[in-house]
Amino acid sequence: MKEHVEIQKQTTKFRNKKTSETINQIINYVLLTVLALAFAFPFLWMIATALKTPSEVYTIPPKLIPSTITWDNFTEGWQYADFTRYTWNTLVVTTLAVLGTVFSAAIVAYGFARFNSRLSGFLFAIVLGTMMLPNQILLIPTYILFSKIGWIDTLKPLIVPSFFGGGAFNIFLLRQFFKTIPKELDQAAIIDGANSFQIFYKIMLPAVRPAMITVAVLSIAFHWNDFLNPLIYLNSDHNFTLAIGLQFFQNSYGSSQIQMLMAVALITVIPLLILFLIGQRYFVQGITMSGIKG
Amino acid sequence: MKKKYSSMEKREARQFYMYISPWILGFFIFTLYPVVYSAILVFTDADRTGVGDFIGLQNIINIFQDPLFRKAMLNTFYFVAVSVPLSLLLSVLIAALLNKKNIKGMAIFRTAFYVPFITAGVAVTLLWGWIFNTHYGLLNYALGLFGVDPINWLSSETWAMPAIIIMMSWSIGNTIIITLAGLQDVPEQLYESAEIDGANGFVKFTRITLPMITPTLFFNLVIGVINGFQIFTQPYVLTEGGPNRATYTIMMYIYDSAFKFGEMGYASTMAWILFAIIMILTLIVNYTSKHWVYYE
Repeated sequence: MKEHVEIQKQTTKFRNKKTSETINQIINYVLLTVLALAFAFPFLWMIATALKTPSEVYTIPPKLIPSTITWDNFTEGWQYADFTRYTWNTLVVTTLAVLGTVFSAAIVAYGFARFNSRLSGFLFAIVLGTMMLPNQILLIPTYILFSKIGWIDTLKPLIVPSFFGGGAFNIFLLRQFFKTIPKELDQAAIIDGANSFQIFYKIMLPAVRPAMITVAVLSIAFHWNDFLNPLIYLNSDHNFTLAIGLQFFQNSYGSSQIQMLMAVALITVIPLLILFLIGQRYFVQGITMSGIKG
Repeated sequence: MKKKYSSMEKREARQFYMYISPWILGFFIFTLYPVVYSAILVFTDADRTGVGDFIGLQNIINIFQDPLFRKAMLNTFYFVAVSVPLSLLLSVLIAALLNKKNIKGMAIFRTAFYVPFITAGVAVTLLWGWIFNTHYGLLNYALGLFGVDPINWLSSETWAMPAIIIMMSWSIGNTIIITLAGLQDVPEQLYESAEIDGANGFVKFTRITLPMITPTLFFNLVIGVINGFQIFTQPYVLTEGGPNRATYTIMMYIYDSAFKFGEMGYASTMAWILFAIIMILTLIVNYTSKHWVYYE
């Protein structure tokens, strides 16, 4: 009899627990949805503003859904400044800098992962040490260096440094991945008569493709968004990147033509959105790796 | 007797240097040379060309008597002191909500939280400028629904910095990802045994989750402080440091000093002082970590 009551008690307890779990789950979803909406709302507002006719932009209360949708802001805004040129410059910088980053980081990481010399441990410690060095100290002497060789107001300072190892973090990340590939693969290839570069190119690179994509997507986002470096190095309009062009547009007409400013800003953000949707897992992996190093 | 290196070892060393040669070159040209150059600039009155006279400690003396430097430093400290804890708190909250088994719509939630970080730049800063608009901005409208009078976000000395802090605590996708990874590493058994002991959700969170993710929090704190002290793009685009220099950060002063006024020596000195401050703060955080970071 006593046992029976005990069992009943436990079942009620179990049932209560189940209900409270369901309630918790619902609260969890509600909170997540509210926060996600709050995070997404600025973008929705950007899209709404970009699609509005000028008369609907400045209304109280603000209208989330425009009564007439217009695409004129995109075409007109685009013509206010030479955005086609800025896009081209941004594409050139991003493409070349990312290629430089990915391939030079991979080559250097391969060297650190597979070959030993007396100094390899010491040199790798220096690689890691350079991660601590803040950019603002290097900025001024690097500018003087580039001005001495006449590279100011060209895209070269934004591209060329990427070809020299692609950044300490990327070397570190790729080296970790190379280390996970069994050395037996290299040895088998050596027996087949492959040299070390063929091993790198035909075996190692394909094996770390996901890590290379990770480096690439993070690097694309960085160069696409970069503002400080273009601001320092580029002076003439025909050399501007999108980041500089947008700022220039805002200073000259933007505040009075907010719907056009939002339209053009939206266009410059869309490639990153697409990149994120395609490469989500690589972004997450790359950022998580940056946390592991700490 | 010194060990002789076999030809195999020599060949391996040769290949090692061949493969890492891009980095070695880059290290000398883009790291070592600039660091040394920058350290020399501190003691000169060099102009844009990098040439100037040796003036000893004059730059350092001038900086400590420069009210604008003090203002920029205070602004930057203010930004870091509020923005970093706020971002950490928000990231832990969001990551904890995302860290549940089989969340439906995970891809959508993830996109909403991460995209503001990936797109962080001029475009979204301009978007926030519009959101902060006093008369037609979304934020004042939303606050108005709760009876709050319109705030002059970007044209008031009191509110301009909070505006930038609000914007930056929206762009925390990286911290969320790292925190989430930390949460996923907490062993499931810990929660199970706590449940057997009758622990509720709050107790589990404060007694298990928080202590277990302190290494992640520590990492995010350090990175947050380092990045926070270097904030530049957002105040430059949103407020140009105004109104009345209320959002003028130390990085903006370094930029103006070097690239607007061509005072390379003065700007380099500020850069080193900034570096020293970041280092000291990192060391302090690191020192205190013994007392609050849990390592297995």
